[in-house]
Amino acid sequence: MKAIILLLVSSAIVNNVVLSQFLGLCPFLGVSKKTETAAGMGAAVIFVITLSSFVTGLIYNFILKPLDLDYLNTIVFILVIAALVQFVEMILKKNVPSLYNALGVYLPLITTNCAVLGTAINIVTKDYNIWQGVVYGFGVAAGFAIAIFIMAGIREKIQFNDVPHAFQGTAIVVVTAGLMAIAFMGFSGII
Amino acid sequence: MEKKNDSPVERLYNGIIRENPTVVLMLGMCPTLAVTTSLINGIGMGLSTTVVLAFSNLIISALRKIIPDAVRMPAYIVIVASLVTVVQFLIQGFVPSIYDALGIYIPLIVVNCIILGRAESYASKNPVIPSFFDGIGMGLGFTISISIIGTIREILGAGQIAGFQVLPLADPSIGKAGYTPVSIFVLAPGAFFILALLVAVMKVVREKMAAKGKPLAAAQGAAFTGDCSSCSMSATCGGKSIYDRINCADSKNEKIESKKEEDEQ
Repeated sequence: MKAIILLLVSSAIVNNVVLSQFLGLCPFLGVSKKTETAAGMGAAVIFVITLSSFVTGLIYNFILKPLDLDYLNTIVFILVIAALVQFVEMILKKNVPSLYNALGVYLPLITTNCAVLGTAINIVTKDYNIWQGVVYGFGVAAGFAIAIFIMAGIREKIQFNDVPHAFQGTAIVVVTAGLMAIAFMGFSGII
Repeated sequence: MEKKNDSPVERLYNGIIRENPTVVLMLGMCPTLAVTTSLINGIGMGLSTTVVLAFSNLIISALRKIIPDAVRMPAYIVIVASLVTVVQFLIQGFVPSIYDALGIYIPLIVVNCIILGRAESYASKNPVIPSFFDGIGMGLGFTISISIIGTIREILGAGQIAGFQVLPLADPSIGKAGYTPVSIFVLAPGAFFILALLVAVMKVVREKMAAKGKPLAAAQGAAFTGDCSSCSMSATCGGKSIYDRINCADSKNEKIESKKEEDEQ
């Protein structure tokens, strides 16, 4: 139990996926204008990364490793993730329309999000088993959701500030991300 | 493209200067931030991306009449992923130190927007030779930009260039005057600050050039333009820009809400 909590905290907060590993930067900057959309995006990422960590874990442990096909990791993972996202989108649309309405628009954006592929590859290089992989994936995605939600909250406030002309728009958002990264570095002492 | 000029030299110039992927198009920001802690890492990442880009453009251009339009994205991804795997093993075998430094960012070349962006916007429409040189030009443009960013961060953050101490360090214990490294620049937050400066400078340059009547090529990075209609991924996003769809949904909700309020009043 202690190991699981440690894994969650380290993947979600200490090694935050956006602020210390720079994965998933595009949606982090692109969909963080409002807290509602940021929350939707965060939820969709949690859903997809947790699911994809499980599926890629299964494929790696039961197909690629026994057959000594480790070297196909990258190719197999990216295809599996792309197919999985499409598949999830279809199932949600047909069976759970309420969830689809909440998350649907964000799903295609996640297919090529480097955080999903990065997490799948990280799980393999860190030698996690399937369940550790799922916990790690959930932690990474939760870290993304936390970061994008905080960012959206700050951006709603920035709108009322007097920003120098050159820094208006994306630049001030990136400065904010840098300050958040400094704040998150403060957590590195807790593990 | 108003003037059709696809000579290799023109393609190289286009990639390195006119449509520089990092500085002008603002594509591929994940690796730009992650691996530019030093000059060597920047060059390693840049050259690996160049190799993948040149050969993926070559193969995709050669197969452009064979790949059916409906499945072109998965086909491109398989081609790029195979090339990345090859490059990954070459780096692991011949320059293990770079392999250790770049780590996970080598397989992540697959999802670098520059590669699929060029495949979609150039290689799938043009002959083999220009496509190949387009890949090399874009790759070198990327390499040069991230090497410069890497050098700046390395000098500020450690006083070194490519591992050599160029600025003598201060040593208070023996009272030696010198440079005190601002180590934040080799850590994660420094990457964001450098990127913010780059974005701010480019915003001003863009406005100056537009006022002079010589506008720069539009930025394509989805996060920097707010929509991905020009992005390589728009096809996988269900045909239309996903950021547009999200932002449209937002403004529609606002309209409905404000209408409700009006009705209530």
